[in-house]
Amino acid sequence: MSAEIVVLVEHTNGVVKKVSFELLTLAARHGSPSAVIIGAGAEQAMADVVRYGAAKVYVANDAALTTSVVGPKVAILNQLVTSASPAAVLIPSTAEGKEIAGRLAVRSGSGVITDAVDIEDGIVAVQSVFGGSTIVRSSVTTGTPIITVRPNSTTPVEAAGAGEHVAVTAELAPSDTAAVITDHVVEAKGGRPELSEAATVVSGGRGVGSPEGFDVIEKLADSLNAAVGASRAATDSGFYPHQYQVGQTGKTVSPQLYIALGISGAIQHRAGMQTSKTIVAVNKDPEAPIFELADFGVVGDLFAVGPQLTQEIATRKG
Amino acid sequence: MPLNIVVCVKQVPDSWAEKKLNEADKTLDRASADPVMNELDEYGIEEALRLQEAHGGQVTILCMGPEKAGETIRKALSMGADDAIHVVDDALHGSDAVATSAALAAALGTVEFDLVILGSESTDARMSVVPAMLAERLQLPQMTFAKKVDADPDARTLTIQRQTDDGYDVVQSSLPAIVSVVEKINEPRYPSFKGIMAAKKKPVATLSLTELSIEPATVGLAGAWSGVNAFEQRPPRQAGTVITDEGDGGTKIADFLVTQKFL
Repeated sequence: MSAEIVVLVEHTNGVVKKVSFELLTLAARHGSPSAVIIGAGAEQAMADVVRYGAAKVYVANDAALTTSVVGPKVAILNQLVTSASPAAVLIPSTAEGKEIAGRLAVRSGSGVITDAVDIEDGIVAVQSVFGGSTIVRSSVTTGTPIITVRPNSTTPVEAAGAGEHVAVTAELAPSDTAAVITDHVVEAKGGRPELSEAATVVSGGRGVGSPEGFDVIEKLADSLNAAVGASRAATDSGFYPHQYQVGQTGKTVSPQLYIALGISGAIQHRAGMQTSKTIVAVNKDPEAPIFELADFGVVGDLFAVGPQLTQEIATRKG
Repeated sequence: MPLNIVVCVKQVPDSWAEKKLNEADKTLDRASADPVMNELDEYGIEEALRLQEAHGGQVTILCMGPEKAGETIRKALSMGADDAIHVVDDALHGSDAVATSAALAAALGTVEFDLVILGSESTDARMSVVPAMLAERLQLPQMTFAKKVDADPDARTLTIQRQTDDGYDVVQSSLPAIVSVVEKINEPRYPSFKGIMAAKKKPVATLSLTELSIEPATVGLAGAWSGVNAFEQRPPRQAGTVITDEGDGGTKIADFLVTQKFL
């Protein structure tokens, strides 16, 4: 029986996010995957994680555990680090996931590595840093390796697991519930996939020129069921909301397909998208650095090329 | 009631420059790019100054870093902060986030504060974990990724809008608390000439590991709980095809997407 690898499942009311299946697949390569599901809907999420290989499922089905900022999740994971002595804890490399990992590291006396894109034998974390220009291999040398893994790093593989159900009761310290979430406000528009998880991202930059100009970006994104991103120049100019910024001061994405329209490709932006599998760029300036990255580039006006592409996609999809 | 605020700042290599690692000890090569204040920390300082303008109180800068980081501290003071604490010790070189949070937590133990404000992420390590680690170490409310901060020093309460993937959460806590801010929270001011001149006279206290009662062996590269085994340059991306639009650019991209099986 190989050592457990604990995977924190990210879900919304029982609807499991794809990154969780990716982490279970990764965990199965290095040990026995155990899923941890916390919050309302945990029971509903159970079948899905078992389908992706969970040998054990730790369930803390209590809505109160998600009404405080990260503390209760840290407490539960710390309990499992103590009781199950796992070979590693894997957490999705989202904003919240990294915070959970950081606190768990301090609480459990463990080293932490964030933003891994792969895990190799011996629990070696592979990271892609400096905008993807450098590949780093790191290990945790003290305590239990706590590693956050970026979405889209692994292809999830279905493989039915034993799915042993283990109920967990959280033992909370007062500070675990000191930051209370009183309201959840959804601002997202149009039901598009989440930027960090999306298989395809369509981004606009300075060249889009105005908030209205992003209409072209959104239409193209919707034709591909893609998320919409924006460069720093575009968010700073108020063309598109800040939370959609891709780059060093924004989100890091690694989709299968990244389409950049009117983005020059400064290091600031490249740092957030350079590890995308396939990159397509449209820019007026033939000297734009984005073309050095692009698998396919078109020197031209995004307001001509973009709508034509949207039309072509609609036609070809029939 | 006044609100005493500590703002943590970090000196980082310029985020617009290419970065690399040192061959020798596999740490970030900080000499290869101009050192600047971590950009998100400017938003933290701005927010602290705005809260000070509203409620009164002291704004103290806390910075861990080598001698050179003194420049970043001066910049923070020239924006309007009142004084600073510089945690400086050669043994800190190569510290991981766990050790960094331990040193910052120890330094915070030497001052009275109602709020600690940090940028939500540094542009060099980009781990985004230190604010949460500080909340853990100090057992204080974790009020992170704030895009809006409202403090009520009389009621001793704090309300923030915590940025999420699809919007924001409204989060409430008591004071003191640990806050991290995101870029959209405000527009940081530029230091004025008067501010720059005044900053030269503002007090900067230095603290060594000994003064913080931290064993040097527990921090720095040797004390890190995780370490880099090896690193390599990623092979450059293979040059792709670049065409000039002749009225069929969109169609050409669609053709390309078909060959790559995206359509």
